[in-house]
Amino acid sequence: MKKTMNKRNLILNIIVIAALIGFIIWAEESRSFGAYNQRIFKTCCIYAICALSMNMVNGFTGLFSLGQPGFMAIGAYVTAFLTVSAQDKLSIYKIVPISEGMANMHLPFFAALILGGIVAAVFAFFIGFPVLRLRGDYLAIATLGFSEIIRIFITNAQGITNGPTGINRIPNTYMNLYVVCGILALIVIFILAMMKTSYGRALLAIREDEVAAEAMGINLFKHKMLAFVLSGFFAGIGGGLLASLVGAIGPDQFKFTVAYEILLMVVLGGQGSVSGSVAGAFVVRIALEKLRFLDEPINFGFFKYPGIGGMRMVVFSVLLMLVIILWRKGIFGSKEFSWDRIFGFFAKFKKAPEKEVVE
Amino acid sequence: MLEIKDLRVKYGGITALDGISMQVPDGKIITLVGANGAGKSTTLRSITKLVTPVSGSITYDGKELTAMNTQDIVRLGITLVPEGRRVFADMTVDENLMIGAYLRKDKEKFKDDIAFIHDMFPILKERSKQLAGTLSGGEQQMLAVGRALMSDPRVMMMDEPSLGLAPLVVKDIFSIIQKVNKEKGVTILLIEQNANAALKIADYGYVMEVGTIGLEGTGEELLSNERVKELYLGKSK
Repeated sequence: MKKTMNKRNLILNIIVIAALIGFIIWAEESRSFGAYNQRIFKTCCIYAICALSMNMVNGFTGLFSLGQPGFMAIGAYVTAFLTVSAQDKLSIYKIVPISEGMANMHLPFFAALILGGIVAAVFAFFIGFPVLRLRGDYLAIATLGFSEIIRIFITNAQGITNGPTGINRIPNTYMNLYVVCGILALIVIFILAMMKTSYGRALLAIREDEVAAEAMGINLFKHKMLAFVLSGFFAGIGGGLLASLVGAIGPDQFKFTVAYEILLMVVLGGQGSVSGSVAGAFVVRIALEKLRFLDEPINFGFFKYPGIGGMRMVVFSVLLMLVIILWRKGIFGSKEFSWDRIFGFFAKFKKAPEKEVVE
Repeated sequence: MLEIKDLRVKYGGITALDGISMQVPDGKIITLVGANGAGKSTTLRSITKLVTPVSGSITYDGKELTAMNTQDIVRLGITLVPEGRRVFADMTVDENLMIGAYLRKDKEKFKDDIAFIHDMFPILKERSKQLAGTLSGGEQQMLAVGRALMSDPRVMMMDEPSLGLAPLVVKDIFSIIQKVNKEKGVTILLIEQNANAALKIADYGYVMEVGTIGLEGTGEELLSNERVKELYLGKSK
């Protein structure tokens, strides 16, 4: 029984992955999917990376951190700074002109992206020392403060970041669906594999009960730090991708509200679930885009809806509140997507009539 | 042998332990009984360095534990079954056991140990894929003991294992403690409010009174001691 189920799951997995790859190829190559939908898809993937980054700390390790915008900003600015061509940089930096040497700093896209992640991770490491001693709300406030400090630093360090004007003309040569989905897939595989190791189990143990985890000989600080640094790295990558996709960045894109948006994705998907974070990111981003029709006038025939600006946010908030009230643990809870659960869910409906037949 | 000499612990300005000394010889069951707030848990928490003592020494086979961190103490083979069980509720029974073996490097013995624990607690084998939070109190206590055993300890310290369990289950737990002691040769340091049950299985006992050791003696001696009877066993004068 179990073997056939495993075989069934394997086959279903292969089918779904093949279908996904097929869909991605179709979405990238075919005209009918459209540039607008492509862009939503890419944004979803990038936000999924950011949600996974937050899930690493908030979902798996049970800490409450809101530092994502800061790490994303670091990754975005490093990537942007290193991929914009020297000529462009010289013309962009108007208020405080950039020095020749800095303008000539240039790296290929992937090197710049990874470097952005690493710089964000280094920041996470040094910030981790003081802030990971805090718990709960205090940690959230400290990390939120950090990300505001980064934003204000970026606004004022005009010689490097071009201040409030931001950096534009960021090349998007590699921003096709293959790259974006590929990076997301790599990160998902990495996290899933990591959660199967003793490191991953130790993180979950810390989330469940710090005292018991410590009594088992788990070094709390070391593991929290590991999760925090990895989370910083992923957020940096997410920020770098976002910068390349949008093509222009400024400090305002990394306000603290971004942290709430990502937190929303994580909570909606289910804290502690990789599939949940990805699903949460897709649901939130797609809903925000596809509810746009609510802002525009609609003619119902008998009733003309005039179109109220911001109406989609109202509807979206109501939908969210309903989900959180009725489905408190999020779409996936703390568990991963699994065929057994889906079939188990349908089996419940099947079983009921069977019983009647027997009786 | 685990030896505590003149241990003093303060929480802020409040003295929790005021110079206690005790010995836990290898292979024995030693119990520490006393009322709420006497400092029993603090003693255990100091041994595993979950609290830092103000002065005094705790040695295990001559090694000073107060200078070590928790990980190194667990590595030496001293493990704590914390009060209130504290199993990892959202993880399966087997995952809980795996966390117990977190510091272990010998993977071959690891399988034997899971088998040993499944033998000792058949219910844990039955429920190995179930979430620990769905177990009953007694089962959770068994899991907590099993998890501690997975670190292949030489000394197992148990903080109030009978807390909140039905009398019949308490009986089971105490027979498990004896079994662990006899079959695995693990030294047990047992903290209990249920002085009667604890003293019955203990080789030697210490009675704590607000931060100090009031009395000590073999289990039988303490059970028949008038003062202990009066204070902890609920016999009237």
